[in-house]
Amino acid sequence: MKQTSLKRWFNSGGPGVWLSAGAVSIAVIMTIGLLAVIAVRGLGHFWPADVISAQYDVPGQENHVLVGELVQSEQVPRARLKAAGLPVPDQGPEFMTRDLFKVGNRDISPSDFNWVIGEWLKDQSKPAEVMTLERREWGNFYGYLVNVKEDGKVVAEGEAAWPQLQARIERVQGISDQLDDLEKGEIGAINHGIERLRLHARKLELNGELDAAAQADMATERAEYDARYKDVESRLGALHAEYNRDSLTARDANGKEIEISIGKVVHAYQPNAMGTMTKLGFYFQKLWEFLSDDPREANTEGGIFPAIFGTVMMTLIMAVIVTPFGVLAAVYLREYARQGVMTRLIRIAVNNLAGVPAIVYGVFGLGFFVYVLGGSLDQLFFPEALPAPTFGTPGLLWASLTLALLAVPVVIVATEEGLARIPLTLREGSLALGATKAETLWRIVLPMASPAMMTGLILAVARAAGEVAPLMLVGVVKMAPSLPLDGNYPYLHLDQKIMHLGFHIYDVGFQSPNVEAARPLVYATALLLVLVIALLNLSAVTIRNRLRDKYKAFED
Amino acid sequence: MTENPRPERIDFNAPELQRKRRIRALKDRLTRWYVLVGGLAVLAAITLIFFYLAYVVAPLFQGAKLTRDDAQTPAWMQDSGKPMVLVIEEQNQVAMRVSDKGEALFFHLKDGGEISRVALPIPAGAQVTSVAQDQPGKPLIAVGLSNGQVLVFKHAYPISYPDSKKTITPTITYPYGETPLVLDEGGRALEHVNLNASDTTLILAGATGTQLHVLSLTQSENLMTGETNREQSRIDLPQLSAAVKAIYVDPRQQWLYVINGRALVDVFDLRDRTLNGRYKLLEDANAETTASAQLVGGISLVIGSSRGNIAQWFMARDVDGEMRLQHIRDFKMSGAPISQITAEQRRKGFIAMDTAGKLGVFHSTAHRTLLIDPIASGPAVMGLSPRADRIIVEDSGKLLPLSLDNPHPEISWSALWDKVWYENYDEPKYVWQSTASNSDFEPKLSLAPLTYGTLKAAFYAMLLAAPIAVAAAIYTAYFMAPRMRRKVKPIIELMEAMPTVILGFFAGLFLAPYLEGHLPGIFSLLIFTPIGILLAGFGWTRLPDSIRQRVPEGWESAILIPVILLIGWASLSMSPHLENWFFGGDMRSWINDRGILYDQRNALVVGIAMGFAVIPNIYSIAEDAVFSVPRGLTLGSLALGATPWQTLVRVVLLTASPGIFSALMIGMGRAVGETMIVLMATGNTPIMDMNLFEGMRTLAANVAVEMPESEVGGSHYRVLFLAALVLLMFTFVMNTLAELIRQRLRKQYSSL
Repeated sequence: MKQTSLKRWFNSGGPGVWLSAGAVSIAVIMTIGLLAVIAVRGLGHFWPADVISAQYDVPGQENHVLVGELVQSEQVPRARLKAAGLPVPDQGPEFMTRDLFKVGNRDISPSDFNWVIGEWLKDQSKPAEVMTLERREWGNFYGYLVNVKEDGKVVAEGEAAWPQLQARIERVQGISDQLDDLEKGEIGAINHGIERLRLHARKLELNGELDAAAQADMATERAEYDARYKDVESRLGALHAEYNRDSLTARDANGKEIEISIGKVVHAYQPNAMGTMTKLGFYFQKLWEFLSDDPREANTEGGIFPAIFGTVMMTLIMAVIVTPFGVLAAVYLREYARQGVMTRLIRIAVNNLAGVPAIVYGVFGLGFFVYVLGGSLDQLFFPEALPAPTFGTPGLLWASLTLALLAVPVVIVATEEGLARIPLTLREGSLALGATKAETLWRIVLPMASPAMMTGLILAVARAAGEVAPLMLVGVVKMAPSLPLDGNYPYLHLDQKIMHLGFHIYDVGFQSPNVEAARPLVYATALLLVLVIALLNLSAVTIRNRLRDKYKAFED
Repeated sequence: MTENPRPERIDFNAPELQRKRRIRALKDRLTRWYVLVGGLAVLAAITLIFFYLAYVVAPLFQGAKLTRDDAQTPAWMQDSGKPMVLVIEEQNQVAMRVSDKGEALFFHLKDGGEISRVALPIPAGAQVTSVAQDQPGKPLIAVGLSNGQVLVFKHAYPISYPDSKKTITPTITYPYGETPLVLDEGGRALEHVNLNASDTTLILAGATGTQLHVLSLTQSENLMTGETNREQSRIDLPQLSAAVKAIYVDPRQQWLYVINGRALVDVFDLRDRTLNGRYKLLEDANAETTASAQLVGGISLVIGSSRGNIAQWFMARDVDGEMRLQHIRDFKMSGAPISQITAEQRRKGFIAMDTAGKLGVFHSTAHRTLLIDPIASGPAVMGLSPRADRIIVEDSGKLLPLSLDNPHPEISWSALWDKVWYENYDEPKYVWQSTASNSDFEPKLSLAPLTYGTLKAAFYAMLLAAPIAVAAAIYTAYFMAPRMRRKVKPIIELMEAMPTVILGFFAGLFLAPYLEGHLPGIFSLLIFTPIGILLAGFGWTRLPDSIRQRVPEGWESAILIPVILLIGWASLSMSPHLENWFFGGDMRSWINDRGILYDQRNALVVGIAMGFAVIPNIYSIAEDAVFSVPRGLTLGSLALGATPWQTLVRVVLLTASPGIFSALMIGMGRAVGETMIVLMATGNTPIMDMNLFEGMRTLAANVAVEMPESEVGGSHYRVLFLAALVLLMFTFVMNTLAELIRQRLRKQYSSL
């Protein structure tokens, strides 16, 4: 091809082609860029970052030592810093560095994040002996270990203190697990039992059957629970004493010493002294904790296990509801209904419902499911608990039902598409051989359409898992006291409120008191959610493509 | 010859097979019914959404309902004089009647039976000439006497449970002493009185003919001794030229409204004791004012005329910034003179009665006439319960108890969608403010700012999404190499599947602060990206063939990815320099200096984030429309010598344009209903402003924020349902239209 002139290039429509090509590139870059940012920020959170120690020397102020992790660094015009009231000298380069340091120590210093000017940091170093304490309260502590105490008496100092500390943290971890077991398991069961007794008594009272015999029965049962509670309580007391036995003394950057109970420490590590392999091991340990632990500190630290569990639980229940009904509606529309204007209208309506804003479903769910259905259920089956609502309040069941309603058009559309792809000849063949319509449906049509149903289901699950707006109204909360599935009768608590990954992101990112501290966690949660949904979607796409290939043979 | 063994005959009518056939037929029928019922049930459940939302919303627009109970003629009526005031207490069980004989009588609302009577301590020889109640909802009553004195008393209804039976014992106390206060030192009869009590100061106003008397009583308690000190001071006001008809004291004790003459009101400023102005209440020269009342909160006056009109007035700043009594809105009864107006105690509603015995129920802010119904034979005295659900009317020796069902008077078409002049506002405005800041708060439920915000967000999202999505769709469907297409489509599908909560969080936590710091970069990105793409495209044609031929046609997008990344990186890293050169180091304050407000979470952020969410929706439908243009058309055009671009613009796009249009509509529908992105990426302030750098509050986000806190069945709750219904209808109509267009298009294609 010859080289073209600019004019010819314009006349041939080259600019249009390139611009529209650019649009595709932009869309691709946006998607991948978003994923990349979330992935980098989310995964980076678990890496044990090096701790920097430096002299912070603000002109005209007393200098002090800064120990912490560098979180973010940016170039800022000198003028803007000056406008913000910082003592910036007039002369100098156009830009200055502004660093965000996580200095932790929320209990003893005013803020755990500090913006500092990079140019004013002197004598930066990474001392090997500086330690990071991940605590159950007050966030991280950065400083130096002085000694380890048992019952207030020093047992190790200096070099020897570090291994002692690690051993004692491990011991406390074991006690903490036992405490958790007792508090959640035993005490939870006892409370549950007592509550059931109370409701039982109330029920008898409402029915007018609360006689002396029943009361005596209940009194003995209650006494049993009380005795069990006494026992657990004494064991708890002993464990708590053990738990609080050890403490450590730590020194912060400016020489201030504080005592920290080892019971409050989750991890202690010296990041600057760790090698890459140790760091990697630590990284995966933290990642696992993120997935398997309960949240701490108003959800800004710890894990997100209850949110994962809640999301999975809700999606499962939704899938169980949505599949049969969606398939039924699709089979009706495609196989049984007379094809005419009416079915066409229904089809358009179903299609459109998939595009109705999710929040509308939430409003409907709250009004109809929670208040109308739930309220009536309470009147009929749980009068003993009134006025406290059982099902007349947002909860797992209603969240699942609302999502099922939201996702049912997806299943209907996908299943119908699958049914439509099955060649008529197959059905006619089956009928010609004497099978009834039901048999044809059951033996020929549905099995062949099953991959389409699967696709529909996966898409429905993906949509449901990512939806948040309606859930805010019908049963998702920031902090659920217990999981919806446990060892207490009736095991699956459909009336309970649940935590949810998507809502967790909204809540921690936007409602939390310390957004800066919570930010990495939000990225990590977002990454998890994206991964789950991307995986679901990719599998739906794969199944669909397989399906298409499979039926090509029939179509030819 | 061998005989062929004959195959055994099957007897299809053997009983066993017959039975089997019957079972199979039964199963078939059962399945048919099962599918029929089940399928229709699912479809019905889906359509239930419409009906349920409408069912919840409907009560908003229903009027009030009045139920008449049996008339009562209690025995006490014979000897208890004429009624001056009727009051009902909170529980709707006891009513109080103050008569011109100086007696307060408590009776059961249910049957009119007398509970107790209290003779007010009126000095011998004096008669009751006027009675006034404090602001609606306050339990103070002033009784004006014929000797120029005023008695102030307080009525209360403590509940006790003797013998575990709920009993209400009405009581009367005299917080300002049992001795009447002297208002007119001349001792003339007080024809009109009014009072207002704040925590410390009581203002009493009275009129004798054309003369006004105002007394301010400051009560303070000595913390050490517990003694109360009273200080009286008189406020002297000029004499009026016409007889006084009514007096009202503003609850902030600044204004004194004196209705006098035929239809005049004089407004005095009590603080600096001057006349604010004299206002003509009626234009009609043959009409006069006949009744008036203050609405709850005491800011508004409602004034009824002899022609049966009712007008609302309140003090507001005029164009010059002066406080003036302004005419707000009008209501119309049936034509007979208005005889009494009584304000509700919780809402800005009121009821009125005319001399023909008709009762009207109104709401001021919503400008609604909820009911006009004849109830009495002529002029009568009425009282309204605090919850505005019971009315008692005394009509020529009979008591008429009425029940009023009026749950949502404050909502009307005009309150939801038009500018409304609220109290304390200087002009009619669109306001959404659903939660209270003080007790006499009135919810301002205009959906206009929310709808505006919704459309604003959708507009900016579409501004970004429409060109990118349509261009990308055209390229993918028409130019892109099939191999690349297979790679690109899953990426776009992934983009579509991205949960909006993630986009919202990303926009709010990452994008918003980033944009704030890199504004010049973002704008230069907008300019340089297209230029850069064009340059790259032209540059590509200038490259030697050996390089160009390595990349097959239809892979331009892949070539452009590094180019765009480079432009992006360059623009963003140039950003601080640009900021230094052109905007004095800080573009945000530069914008602010030009009078444009800048919020960190603004429409720009929403536009980008929501654009991201909408792109794949538009893309996939538009791509489908372009891709399924029959090949015969394109091939024909190409065969006639048109370039691919000419074919695209003149043939393909023309044919596919309805499809592209429907794609845009569906995208718009999605943008309008999107909740989480807007919730997280804006400040959620309900403003009406197209400013790119300010936020907005959308219908969907508003529902998500306020729904959990609204009272079930209340007006606010139902308005939120209405917002949801509006969203549902809007998206449903958009999507249906789009779908119809697509179906028609498909039919056209198939006929080609």
